[in-house]
Amino acid sequence: MSTTVAPKKQARKKAQAPAIISDRARAENRLGMRLVAPAVILMLIVTAWPMAQALYLSLFRYRLTAPDDREFVGLANYGTVLTDQLFWQDTWNTVLIMVVTVAIELVIGFAFAMVMHRIIFARGVVRTSILIPYGIVTVVSAYAWQFAFSLNNGFVNGWLPFVPDDYNWFGGHWSAMFAIMVSEIWKTTPFMSLLLLAGLSQISEDMIEAAQVDGATWWQRLWKVILPNMRAAIMVAVLFRALDAFRIFDNIFVMTKGAEDTESSSFLTYRQVIEQVQLGLGSALSVLLFLAVLLIAFLIVKLFKVDLAQARGEA
Amino acid sequence: MTTPRKRQRRVRPAVATVGILLMASGVLAACGGEDDGGNNLVWYINPDAGGQDKIAENCTKQSGGEYTITTQVLPQDAGQQRIQLARRLAAGDPEIDIMSLDPPFTAEFSAAGYLAEIPSDLQTKFEEQAFASAVDAATWEDELVVAPFWSNTQVLWYRKSFVDKAGLDMSQPVTWDQIITAAADNDGTVAVQANKYEGYSVWVNALVSGAGGEIATDTEKGADATVTIDSEAGQAAADVVAELNGSDAAPADLSVSNEGTAATSFAADTGAFMVNWTFIWNNYGEERLDDDIGFAPYPETVEGEESAPPYGGIGLAVSNFSEHKDAAMKAVECLTTPENQGVNAELTGNMPSSPAGYDYPPLAELYDAQLLALFQESLERAAPRTVSPYWSDMSGAILSTWHPPSGVDDQTPDESATFMEEVLQGESLL
Repeated sequence: MSTTVAPKKQARKKAQAPAIISDRARAENRLGMRLVAPAVILMLIVTAWPMAQALYLSLFRYRLTAPDDREFVGLANYGTVLTDQLFWQDTWNTVLIMVVTVAIELVIGFAFAMVMHRIIFARGVVRTSILIPYGIVTVVSAYAWQFAFSLNNGFVNGWLPFVPDDYNWFGGHWSAMFAIMVSEIWKTTPFMSLLLLAGLSQISEDMIEAAQVDGATWWQRLWKVILPNMRAAIMVAVLFRALDAFRIFDNIFVMTKGAEDTESSSFLTYRQVIEQVQLGLGSALSVLLFLAVLLIAFLIVKLFKVDLAQARGEA
Repeated sequence: MTTPRKRQRRVRPAVATVGILLMASGVLAACGGEDDGGNNLVWYINPDAGGQDKIAENCTKQSGGEYTITTQVLPQDAGQQRIQLARRLAAGDPEIDIMSLDPPFTAEFSAAGYLAEIPSDLQTKFEEQAFASAVDAATWEDELVVAPFWSNTQVLWYRKSFVDKAGLDMSQPVTWDQIITAAADNDGTVAVQANKYEGYSVWVNALVSGAGGEIATDTEKGADATVTIDSEAGQAAADVVAELNGSDAAPADLSVSNEGTAATSFAADTGAFMVNWTFIWNNYGEERLDDDIGFAPYPETVEGEESAPPYGGIGLAVSNFSEHKDAAMKAVECLTTPENQGVNAELTGNMPSSPAGYDYPPLAELYDAQLLALFQESLERAAPRTVSPYWSDMSGAILSTWHPPSGVDDQTPDESATFMEEVLQGESLL
């Protein structure tokens, strides 16, 4: 059985014809420009300017409390960071957290989305209860999980039969990473399922029924009809969550403060800029973090081969 | 054509916008705070049991209306106090007049130009009044940059019954080796602070200073200071840490121990020795473990060489961005009088920074006379942490290389020196 995908719109061919722009279209364009202008200007002020500032600062050896020692060092800060073992350790932690949590969230989130989509009775209650964790502040959920895993007043050790009662989850690298990931997954799976639900509800029931009539099993309908048609929604969900997960900070700050080598890239940047007031080195780190986020976004868009314009339903 | 009704509707959002803007401007104006022209001084204090509030009130009264001091509390954690103050002062915030500063970042703030210069007559007065170690900790580039307010030091606390059992003569100075051996041979523990936090740097610094060394010298050169921890003194310090870690005298929680857990280990049945700050005396209630707590000078790193107990405390500084510097300086003079130091010590257990402060009568009722004498004697020879604008980096580098204590060996002083130099030169991440 071949993959059934909704027929692509024919608009693309037309768009390639030489463009003749009418007066009206031109006027609309101009109006559009004017309407977005305030937003663009605001964005330039609040995001582009700080970014340029960070880029500039990253070229200096500059400590906030030693302004006289400020010195232009070119790309030396980047050299320091990229050859530092701590940077790579933290990058590895961050990538690991991102890959593991997004993969697990995708599976659980999809299951939740199916439940929310198909459920007939108590729909509101079920949907609300699935979404509750996402409504909780990250710091609060991190504290909740820290208490849960805590040696002194947590319940995890008592509930898990194969874990001794005096096991210190935050006393080792892997167990601490596990606790951090659990809290991250618990907190953000609802977001994933919400995005997937939007994708699910866009699939035409006709196609699924047609596949059923053709004799496709449930498994075949899932893999050949539902998932291919949700590709854009899955891409958006994975993209958003991967970028979020890559910038993980709150859980680590609350649960371990980076002890036992559980530091993430964001946490390292925070420590350099805020705690050690190393504006130069810290800015170099934040520029690298920004580039990493761009790279991940690019890779995910390429990987799913989704035309973003099409994903938005544009011609 | 627009009907009147429609027009009215259109007007409403405009009215609402204007209203919101007016409200917002009102709120912003309120945030700015009113300056009544008088000397309303804001003192940023570290959290305590009310001692600083009390003396702020005393000085406000004494000034006869010349100035009013109100207090604002900084975060609990010393690192967070530093971050909040540094960021606000770097931005030239005029809302801070007086601040309570921890010694490790006194030099950093002074070098950055955040602290108003203390007039030379006041400097002389503060220097004459305070303990030598308090003056050392408050001095940067030969100028006294903060007024010593309260001073803390560590002594060796021991269980009298244990010492009797072990047959150790505590009337003479003892060495680390002696107490570790005595504890290990008699099923006792030696409680210290060795978690990955500033308290561990305090211990390492005291061990190095006790052997006559220093973590770094030429600190006026800032990041180009000479790192001297890879010396015989550094080696002697590493030997003590390694000896304790490898001995039966090490408490089970050595690698995560702090002041509080050390106090608990000391109170346990196996408790024998502990190094800890002055305030721990009041930690054990009136009974003091059935009157079983003894005290002695801080242990020697090297036999025969006088120990250098750690120095802690708070100094008061006037912000360089304050709009009331003269009044603030007068207020600091009042807040740090020996009497007010005594008032603060009575309420908080944070001991005075001057011998005269110890004469405040209520202290004699709260503390054993011999203990008060030991505190003062210890403060006279206490060694502050290396006074450098880069102390936080040095401390971080020590923690990265000396923690956990189980990893400390002959190589540690050398490794920590190399790493510290790299960190100071911005060649390595901390």
